[in-house]
Amino acid sequence: MRLQKATIFGLYAVLELAADPARQLTAVEIAEKYGISTNHLAKVLRDLGRAGLVDAVRGVGGGYRFSGDARRLTLMDVIRVFEDIAPDVDDPAPQVGQDIAEGLRFVLAELDSQTVPTLQSISLSSMLKLVARRPWAARRSR
Amino acid sequence: MGESGIRPAVAADIPGVIALDGEVTGLRKPDYWQDMFERYGAPRGGIGFFLVAEHAGRIDGFIVGEVRAWEFGSPPSGWIFAVQVRSRLRVQGLGSRLFSAVCERFRAAGIDRVRTMVARDNTMIHSFFRSQGMMAGPFIELEMRLD
Repeated sequence: MRLQKATIFGLYAVLELAADPARQLTAVEIAEKYGISTNHLAKVLRDLGRAGLVDAVRGVGGGYRFSGDARRLTLMDVIRVFEDIAPDVDDPAPQVGQDIAEGLRFVLAELDSQTVPTLQSISLSSMLKLVARRPWAARRSR
Repeated sequence: MGESGIRPAVAADIPGVIALDGEVTGLRKPDYWQDMFERYGAPRGGIGFFLVAEHAGRIDGFIVGEVRAWEFGSPPSGWIFAVQVRSRLRVQGLGSRLFSAVCERFRAAGIDRVRTMVARDNTMIHSFFRSQGMMAGPFIELEMRLD
């Protein structure tokens, strides 16, 4: 699956801030760390603020702080702020008799059916633990 | 309030296991849990584990697993097929302690991998296993109706 750029930036920002809820970071600091557009990230952070996932601290030395519960919020909760990745039920159904089209839709729906439960099952806290373990490094060295 | 101790289940624990499972799932399954205890309660040569978390005579949680050898060509691995924690004690680390305890027994049996299977719509148990570090493995569950 491919997430929109704003969604990816939102996940970067929320996870970065959730890693240390006492710390506040500016959009510039986060954008520099991930090599992404500060302007785009600033808009993403405003959306996250409206959704109640981060708090904006105004004034000199201001920035953003994580304001949620990392053990309860999931990757899906963050993704939903930016896009709807539920299976696309609005796809026009193939006409009766188009067995190949119906069969392909059936198989693609099987793939979709794994996506949402997976994203719903990974809390921000579990995600941060996974990042700390770096399992991809072990996979690469095999 | 003290911490629950984790130990292998004994026959006297099974009524507490049945009650806890019934309280959480809304279904009482005495025959099922009796059968589980007979299969896994006594160590089957070190390959079956039925552990309970008990505090002051009350069963607050349990976990059941076994070593499964060479299924589908896979080297022996630990398999967890039941875990339950009293509702009001959740998200306080008891489930993690049960998980660690059964994994410790798998390790002692020479196993380096643990597996389980969860219903797609059971977000709570799926999240629990994810929080322990479990991820999708190399197998895909497949099924079909036998009409």
